[in-house]
Amino acid sequence: MAKEIDLYARQKRLAWFLVTPAVFIVLLIVAYPLIQVVYTSFFRAKLDGSVEPKFVGLDNYANILADPDWWSAVRVTLLFTVFSVGIEAALGLGVALVANSKFKGRTLLRVAVLVPWAIPTVVSSQIWRWMFNQIYGVVNVIMVSLHIVPETDKIAWLAAPATALPVIIAVDVWKTTPFMSLLLLAGLQLIPKDLYEAASIDGAGPLKKFFSVTFPLVLPTLLVALIFRTLDALRVFDIFYVMVQGQAGLQTMAVYNQIQLILFGKSGYGSAVSVIILLIIMTFVVLYTRLSKTSFE
Amino acid sequence: MKKQSTKSIALRGLFYLLVVFLLVFNLFPFLWSLYSSFRPSNQLFSSDILPPFSHDGQFDLGYGIANGLTLDHFRSIFADPRFVAALINSIIVSGATVLVALGLGSICAYALGRLPFRFKGPVLYLVLTMTMFPQIAVLSGLFMMLQTLGLFNTQPGLILTYLIFTMPFTIWVMTQYFRSLPKELEEAAYVDGASPLKVFWEILLPLTMPGLVSTGLLAFIAAWNEFLFALTFMITEPMKTVPVVISQFSGVDPRQFPWGEIMAASMVVTVPLVILVLIFQYRIVEGLTAGAVKG
Repeated sequence: MAKEIDLYARQKRLAWFLVTPAVFIVLLIVAYPLIQVVYTSFFRAKLDGSVEPKFVGLDNYANILADPDWWSAVRVTLLFTVFSVGIEAALGLGVALVANSKFKGRTLLRVAVLVPWAIPTVVSSQIWRWMFNQIYGVVNVIMVSLHIVPETDKIAWLAAPATALPVIIAVDVWKTTPFMSLLLLAGLQLIPKDLYEAASIDGAGPLKKFFSVTFPLVLPTLLVALIFRTLDALRVFDIFYVMVQGQAGLQTMAVYNQIQLILFGKSGYGSAVSVIILLIIMTFVVLYTRLSKTSFE
Repeated sequence: MKKQSTKSIALRGLFYLLVVFLLVFNLFPFLWSLYSSFRPSNQLFSSDILPPFSHDGQFDLGYGIANGLTLDHFRSIFADPRFVAALINSIIVSGATVLVALGLGSICAYALGRLPFRFKGPVLYLVLTMTMFPQIAVLSGLFMMLQTLGLFNTQPGLILTYLIFTMPFTIWVMTQYFRSLPKELEEAAYVDGASPLKVFWEILLPLTMPGLVSTGLLAFIAAWNEFLFALTFMITEPMKTVPVVISQFSGVDPRQFPWGEIMAASMVVTVPLVILVLIFQYRIVEGLTAGAVKG
């Protein structure tokens, strides 16, 4: 008995000893900078310290909300998020359904699906930038040879928001649908097989089976995946930064933030932008942890 | 009866058409860039898509391959000290990030998954929230912190910031892993008088090896691909990592945009990853889904 109590005490002591370093590091690299960001957001300050920081209250926030470039960034981010996540969910579910059925070459498909996911985002952005190059890009060359566009009037895909945004969304869809379909596939495989057998006995066709068995049961996984992806899409940076390089009218919230902060060195203003982005994203995080019904004990 | 089978054959054909479309959609951009990385510049910058197969008015496969493919772009990037330095930086930073994240993360996960600990709930909640944390939100704070610590524009500094996205993920997945092991495993050892640390080291850790491999691989990929922090915190040429250099490639000839070199560099940093992913595909899928579906 004494030995058991002794073991329990030792385990408890060890637990403290093992958790502390990780928690310390997380506090150092998240909590400390975060406090710094919130604090700095109330000052007019430069990143290189060239001017004396001056307390300005909520001025930075007011200036952000009055900046049309910020609202353009919000609009671009929302458009990107709604379309990329929407298309990814629909395609991902399709791929998951295909990959979940038995057929020859199923392993090949599952492997092929992982390739875009493994490619660094910067690299996939460059690959697509090359494919959509105005003069030599394979897309324009094929369109010319199919007589969809004339040789003399090739499309400058990435020059204007109206064509650049769809291309950028396509890159994200290409890169992230695999992730979506893997999550959904895991959800599909949790559905008990006898439910389908029961539906067959009741004379349900494939469509009926999808809408009364598959879809309702995969819905919780789909919701979690949707929020997960929305969080990712709202903070999108790499694709836009590489493909259109901070071009006006094609900045996302994160690109706008990075440019204000690093390029212009406005640490007070930039920190206020960070706080706003954080508030938006944390709303979704809370939603996610509620919906996913994760147990923490 | 007959009508039924024609219909099912048609459906089957449609299904395989869909599979082929998915394969092409997934693989084409990768294969196209692989092909572009081997094409000579004069053909890269022309309206021809295919290698020059026709020679003296005849189809000639050998001629096409000999004249349509070249190693020039690969030679040129490996002769470029910026790219070589970036490759070495990326390997050091990603490797060290994985070691630190796995080392500290897995012992923390053991405590959270296996030992009595009063603040288990709050710590796990914190960890899960951290896995979804937007990196951009602490960019200026980290910038100032690294400068105060004298770690700005250094490898240890970048490694430290990379723990933001690798460590919470490692702790979360490994905690689930430790939880899933049966309780009887350690009970026998405790009866024999083993210490909790010995139980961890000799019994549980070897059993979680598969989990360590998959989380380690995912952490490596995440660190290898990271762009925002590397772009912001590594500003001098010899300190830059591969994604930053690839995004800023200006090439040898300033008058021409070096698409051949960019594609070659892209393939050098991507092909090893793709091979790793193909080898460990089951482990990766397991790790990815453990992070989001279970719980």
